[in-house]
Amino acid sequence: MALASVLSSDLGDFSYEKCQPVDFIGGLGPNAANYESAPGESLSFAVRNPLFGEADDDVEKKIQFLHGTTTLAFKFQHGVIVAVDSRATAGAYIASQTVKKVIEINPYLLGTMAGGAADCSFWERLLARQCRIYELRNKERISVAAASKLLANMVYQYKGMGLSMGTMVCGWDKRGPGLYYVDSEGNRVCGDLFAVGSGSMYAYGVIDSGLRQDLTVEEACELGRRAIYQATYRDAYSGGQVNLYHVHSEGWTRVSQDDVLKLHQQYKGQA
Amino acid sequence: MLSSLSFGDTGKMKEYHYTGAVEHRFSPYAFNGGTVLAVAGEDFAIVASDTRLSEGYSIHCRDSPKCYKLTDTTVIGCSGFHGDCLTLTKIIDARLKMYKHSNNKMMTSGAIAAMLSTILYGRRFFPYYVYNIIGGLDEEGKGAVYSFDPVGSYQRDTYKAGGSASAMLQPLLDNQIGFKNMEGVQHVPLTKEKAVQLVKDVFVSAAERDVYTGDALRICLITKEGMDEQTIPLRRD
Repeated sequence: MALASVLSSDLGDFSYEKCQPVDFIGGLGPNAANYESAPGESLSFAVRNPLFGEADDDVEKKIQFLHGTTTLAFKFQHGVIVAVDSRATAGAYIASQTVKKVIEINPYLLGTMAGGAADCSFWERLLARQCRIYELRNKERISVAAASKLLANMVYQYKGMGLSMGTMVCGWDKRGPGLYYVDSEGNRVCGDLFAVGSGSMYAYGVIDSGLRQDLTVEEACELGRRAIYQATYRDAYSGGQVNLYHVHSEGWTRVSQDDVLKLHQQYKGQA
Repeated sequence: MLSSLSFGDTGKMKEYHYTGAVEHRFSPYAFNGGTVLAVAGEDFAIVASDTRLSEGYSIHCRDSPKCYKLTDTTVIGCSGFHGDCLTLTKIIDARLKMYKHSNNKMMTSGAIAAMLSTILYGRRFFPYYVYNIIGGLDEEGKGAVYSFDPVGSYQRDTYKAGGSASAMLQPLLDNQIGFKNMEGVQHVPLTKEKAVQLVKDVFVSAAERDVYTGDALRICLITKEGMDEQTIPLRRD
């Protein structure tokens, strides 16, 4: 499997084969339903750990991974706008308010992070490596469709094992702006607008009411920023800062990073 | 409702409801407590931990620090399940040696952090139950702190608390080092002496309110001159 081939070292101590919990997966068949999420719903559910029985709950704390988020991306005439929040939660504890949820795969491809933080950053880093190998072999940049397909196929091998990843691959290739949604359930869809995470519904509301194809770059940035801000306002699991990126024909640019508190003052003053 | 008060074998009163036969699964994990903290300054870094090793209601050891020296410029703090902490630090030491032998130089803090992320993710489906924080100096000599979750997600911070009392310490650090939620305060850069004093104060507070934190505090101060260790006693109750 992809994970094993990347992590194998000379000692072979860390190889995936030894850790493969095949028995546990079979035994947890009926329980797996508890952790399913309908498409479009929050991806911030607890990742199933086969060795962590529910009986231990009162005695020990469960291992808690980082998730809970709002991320969005949309296409418009000047490219793709990508806006994300920066909060990471472990259960009800806010583990960090300064997480980078946009992963810079290469100078013209971006990936967003929703769901399990480690899952997203690990697989997108692996994707960056695959994209680079493609460039070296084919002497041309990889397309957004191909990059998203590589990612989707990598995680499909782990379907059902508890990976939690909902990501948007955004870029600009010879077909123009590209935006794909890929998740750990095996979905891969092309689209003009996506919002992913526990705060996605709030973000959709704002974006849908303001989105036009003929937006200027500043208007589109402001729309993305406002949508994330509104999501952080209503969703307890989103917050921190709003990070905004713009993908255009020359690649991506980091537009702004605004603290949500500051945006709150700003919008209150405008109203 | 069927319930009865009875005395458990430890002599403590228990209240339980009869629910029938219960299957007790073997758990490969245990929670051994402990708190770790790291702060990065302009040209220094501090990694501090308490030294209590507990399990359930018992204290196994009062002198078991959770900071481990990796290189001259990097220290890692590991709290959670002590068995996994030991194995993980052994693995990191081995990988450091391998890197030194094949690349003829010591690993930098950033490189160790990236490597630890992949080591942790390699056990994605049977995680190391360890909350790691790496503190050290980066290539430019500035302080760096990297904090991890049990499966390898990490980021660089200025300060971070991990372990059992982390939820108590982190807000205090946010206020004192990050100047969060303070209006009209001048942001003075953190000096070494102030940082060490803050760490001591913060652990004394944690020991007051967290049962798993106490006994003693081990502070590792990393500067370009090297690593300095000091041990301060804390509440032993």
